[in-house]
Amino acid sequence: MAKLRGAIVIDKDRCKGCELCAATCAQQVIAMTTAVNQKGYHYAYMANPEACTGCTNCAVMCPDGVISVYRVKVEA
Amino acid sequence: MKGNEAIAEAAIRAGADAFFGYPITPQTEVMEYLMETDATARTGMVVLQAESEVSAINMVYGAASCGRRVMTSSSSPGISLMCEAISYLAGAELPCLIVNVSRGGPGLGTIQPSQADYFQTVKGGGHGDYKLLTLAPSSVQEMADFVALSFDLAFKYRNPVMILSDGAIGQMMEKVYLPEERPRLTEFPDWATTGTRPGQHGRTITSLNLLSSVHEVHNQRLQAKYRQMEQEEIRYEELYCDDAEYVVVAFGISARIAQNTVERLRAAGKKVGLFRPITLYPFPAPQLAALAKRVKGFLSVELSAGQMIEDVKLAVGSQVPVEFFGRLGGMVPTPEEIEGALRKYFSL
Amino acid sequence: MDVKDIIREENLVYKKSRLLTDTPFNFCPGCGHGTVVRLIAEVIEEMGIEHDTVGISPVGCSVFLYDFYDFDVVEAAHGRATAVATGIKRVMPDKFVFTYQGDGDLAAIGTGETIHACNRGENFVIVFINNGIYGMTGGQMAPTTLEGMKTATCPRGRDVKTMGYPLNITPLLAQLDGTYYVTRQAVHTPAAVRKTKRALRQAFENQKNKKGMSIVEVVSNCNSGWGLPPLQANRWMEENMFAKYQLGDMKVDGVLQMR
Repeated sequence: MAKLRGAIVIDKDRCKGCELCAATCAQQVIAMTTAVNQKGYHYAYMANPEACTGCTNCAVMCPDGVISVYRVKVEA
Repeated sequence: MKGNEAIAEAAIRAGADAFFGYPITPQTEVMEYLMETDATARTGMVVLQAESEVSAINMVYGAASCGRRVMTSSSSPGISLMCEAISYLAGAELPCLIVNVSRGGPGLGTIQPSQADYFQTVKGGGHGDYKLLTLAPSSVQEMADFVALSFDLAFKYRNPVMILSDGAIGQMMEKVYLPEERPRLTEFPDWATTGTRPGQHGRTITSLNLLSSVHEVHNQRLQAKYRQMEQEEIRYEELYCDDAEYVVVAFGISARIAQNTVERLRAAGKKVGLFRPITLYPFPAPQLAALAKRVKGFLSVELSAGQMIEDVKLAVGSQVPVEFFGRLGGMVPTPEEIEGALRKYFSL
Repeated sequence: MDVKDIIREENLVYKKSRLLTDTPFNFCPGCGHGTVVRLIAEVIEEMGIEHDTVGISPVGCSVFLYDFYDFDVVEAAHGRATAVATGIKRVMPDKFVFTYQGDGDLAAIGTGETIHACNRGENFVIVFINNGIYGMTGGQMAPTTLEGMKTATCPRGRDVKTMGYPLNITPLLAQLDGTYYVTRQAVHTPAAVRKTKRALRQAFENQKNKKGMSIVEVVSNCNSGWGLPPLQANRWMEENMFAKYQLGDMKVDGVLQMR
């Protein structure tokens, strides 16, 4: 049956490392990097990309609007 | 027609878009007249009574940011409440007209006339380096004539303009030739926040510049405007000054009374003249300095403890003596009192 | 399927509103202000009214709204946003106007303007961020600061006997005949964010239909002011702020909903 696969793109230099997206992601896709961006923040990245369903919750939560979300239907 | 009513009728005829005000004696007739004559029905202009002078002047700020001809009127204590916003209006370079029908201060004071708001008006009642182009009417006719002029000057310089009147001129009734009616604005300047046109980026009306290097440049641009005003907008009137030995310097109601004194003394063969500043800022200093070369002394006459006299002294310097005569607390001098002062200081 | 195949233009389901400029927000990490500022841009974009909208940014954390929005914004003096909005709306009744105010701006210095703009039923939208503190100036006590809450100006906790009670202003405003829609939302979970967006959309639709004053209060965290990281701040908010400032609609279509 059809399955949704998603992916997110994070504007890493505008992320402030607030972790709201990571905490809200039901699939635990997102984690914070150990590296820091130009502002000195740890930023979010897809640690577990396969689990992403493109539900946009992370982007909806992001106070700085740095997350873009893509979603596509795939045949399992 | 009363001075206050002349302001209101002239505003309608000048194509004002909005008036926001608050009741305070001795100028409430301005708003009453606008309501009574139903200015909104006549030209569609907005007439709104706010909950305070602070709110009223900030409504003016909002309407001014849309490039409209907008005004308020109040009296001394109300103008004090408006001073913060007046500084914002100057900082954000917003054109508007503010009418101050002054009353005796300080504090609640009296509702009788006064000229003790001079410093507040021309030296800045609000914070920061800003100037208010200030016109001082001395008749009901000038109350009417200065409204359209104020709007035009406000837009020319993108700066608030003040008509500094007083309780006497405001309440006084005189014949007045009312200005021609002109339409309200339909085109608005490009800086006005009226909603962006497609393809146009958002515009901003603000007086905020946290970056000092940017804010200094902004301040320098404001100062350049004030220099231009000092070059182009000085207005004054001279009576019997050509051969005068002693000259009274007075504006507004004081000038009306002093004119009577000068005419009486002239009839008695005394070489006395009257110099009447019409713009209090820009102050007619160059003209006074020139006059000082031909006269033996000045008498500054004011309804205050002596404020304009400082600017007269700055202009005249030490060329000739500058004396002062004033009444306080809303007391209005008689022509004879001014004559007495002239005789005392200059042994006429 | 490889991630690269998913990230293609046709698969895009969410991105930042084009009405937001490239200027990064000046809000602290995880602050609710950013979310609400973003939502307003999305609502205005979706309604296609950016060329007819003028926003009012007052003094407070939101003072730089005009740097973030690509439509006209007017800066108001502290507390005077609703008066400035009144001035604009009265001379341009067909334009959309909204104020974006913090609790100090709306419920302290601007209380008079707020109440009277609502009482006149001015037809614009007030967006009111209630985080119980003055954020921009570094965390001082605000009218909505909770009893016992510590701030820079009540370091031993707000003592109501000497510093007054937390001011729950929105229900008061709902009682005024001039208000048409009054609701209190939050942005601490995706569901709450979506509800806030719907509320904002409702408010702007009300304005479009000339229904009078719409107020959307958003109870938000203030991480730096409360001295908590974002996630903990949101939990603290749920337990403490929501107790005093209950979420929900107080007035819909001019009808009071309060118990």
